Amino acid sequence: MRKLNIALPKGRLGEKAYKIFADIGYGCPEILEDSRKLIFENEENGVCYFWAKPSDVAIYVERGAADVGIVGKDILLEGGHDVYELADLKMGKCRMAVAGKKDMQPSGETTIRVATKFPRIAREFYDKKGLDIDIIKLNGSIEIAPLLGLSDVIVDIVETGKTLYENNLEPYETIVPISARLVANKASFQFKNAEILAMTEKIQKAIAEK
Amino acid sequence: MTLPNQVLRKEEQYILKMRGLYELYGYKKYKMSKFEHYDLYLENKSFLASNNIVTFTDAVGTLLALKPDITLSIVKNAPEEITAPEKVYYCENVYRSARQSGGIREIQQVGIEYIGDVDTYVQAEVLSLAAKSLAEVSENSLIGVSHMGLLTALLDRAGLTGTAREEVLRCLGEKNNHEMQEICNRENIAKEETARLASVIEIYGDFEASLGKLDHLLADLPEEDPARQAADELSGLYYVLKALHLDDSIILDFSVANDMDYYNGITFQGFVDGIPEHVLSGGRYDTLVKKFGKNAGAIGFAIYPDLLERLTDEKRDSDVDVLITYGNADPVVAALEAEKLTSEGLRVQVQKTKTDGIRYKKHVQLDETEVEQ
Repeated sequence: MRKLNIALPKGRLGEKAYKIFADIGYGCPEILEDSRKLIFENEENGVCYFWAKPSDVAIYVERGAADVGIVGKDILLEGGHDVYELADLKMGKCRMAVAGKKDMQPSGETTIRVATKFPRIAREFYDKKGLDIDIIKLNGSIEIAPLLGLSDVIVDIVETGKTLYENNLEPYETIVPISARLVANKASFQFKNAEILAMTEKIQKAIAEK
Repeated sequence: MTLPNQVLRKEEQYILKMRGLYELYGYKKYKMSKFEHYDLYLENKSFLASNNIVTFTDAVGTLLALKPDITLSIVKNAPEEITAPEKVYYCENVYRSARQSGGIREIQQVGIEYIGDVDTYVQAEVLSLAAKSLAEVSENSLIGVSHMGLLTALLDRAGLTGTAREEVLRCLGEKNNHEMQEICNRENIAKEETARLASVIEIYGDFEASLGKLDHLLADLPEEDPARQAADELSGLYYVLKALHLDDSIILDFSVANDMDYYNGITFQGFVDGIPEHVLSGGRYDTLVKKFGKNAGAIGFAIYPDLLERLTDEKRDSDVDVLITYGNADPVVAALEAEKLTSEGLRVQVQKTKTDGIRYKKHVQLDETEVEQ
């Protein structure tokens, strides 16, 4: 048995994902303690966890610092990472959507200004429609862009849409549904195959039972 | 003159060994210039691993490119009528854009190409050379083999076309079963064909066992179905590999997907334990050769030795074997001492006084009065 390095996204999603790992026999109680440690190992269960910024998890896995990781589909689509996507955890569900001011949907006759954290997803979506867009890359508080006239629309993650409606915005169109995925490094999959397959199978079973 | 034993770095030694190996099997060294006409890459854009090509114009305004790939040049320059097989190997630098920084990277690439009639023996020879190339680096290396003909046949059977076909092919490459099922449901693909694709994603591992699963999976298809024929080709290949005792390091893995416009038969990728990405990739590309109007088959592979470098991670513990300091001593003495030691194959550094930062195994002081710091 070879130890598996697991990258978890910091925050609520990562904690929920850890709970699944713990439930199916990959627990590492130390991780829940309030400490300054960065890496948590449990030799007995053959696992080693670390927390990473959610948008960095896929990079850790792609570059082999982690064998497997939990990462949102939005990050995978945006990054185009070269990893295996082994399971849909069906948690952290939301959708990537186009939104903007109520009843102000642009017609496409002029260049559409799109504010987003996800330029690649936005570009591909509008390319398919054959529409000309001007991407404005922002790092947060995307909703404010159309309100201030910085952009016509935004491409962002929408969970309930509550923030949008409260600010007189509305979702126009869904681009793609998003949820958390289990990803694996392609080389690790070769050399730790039995371990990764066993873990994937248990996770899939746990999700199906939920 | 004897060469000191640390002159060649690990990857240089490796490249020499590989050249020896390919020469043993009758491959000849291929030499090409650093650049090519840009049109060559423009017309075959999707064959390239990266789209960013470094271009420049020559004195008369022709657009040239620093070569991002070797295979295209070899195919282009192969004779129109291929009477005897072209067997070549190369070790060349290629130029590609770096993934994140956006700059240009110079990558050394070693590989072989076979252009001519491709049969079971030829495929086995190329695969065995690929396996031997990786075995030289690590005992723990693997080559995953897939078959584009098989995947094409299954996608055709399912009736997948256009974007949906590309999406499913991407899912195969990601071992992404859940999304593949969603796409097939969306496209109203027959249940049994969706199930067949799902099973293909899961086939991974031991060559013989995987062939068994594949046979089972295709049992209801007529014998002349291209999927069945691809499976037969794989099984023919297996017996040769088994006879060469390579069946441990070569496995079946249908996530190895290459561009269908260029690759038609087997495709493969090699991994070495300890390196997070594939270090070898290759396949059969008859379709590409036909695009150039040449009537022949072709198969080959390329290795990225700079990736292998990461594994060997060689750290020298000394810059030289002997540090000679001569201070106020006669330069003749210093010169003779250096001559004597180098003739024994020792690396020396001759300096007036000792300086900081030089790492040596032994220190020879020629001036007795010099103060040791």
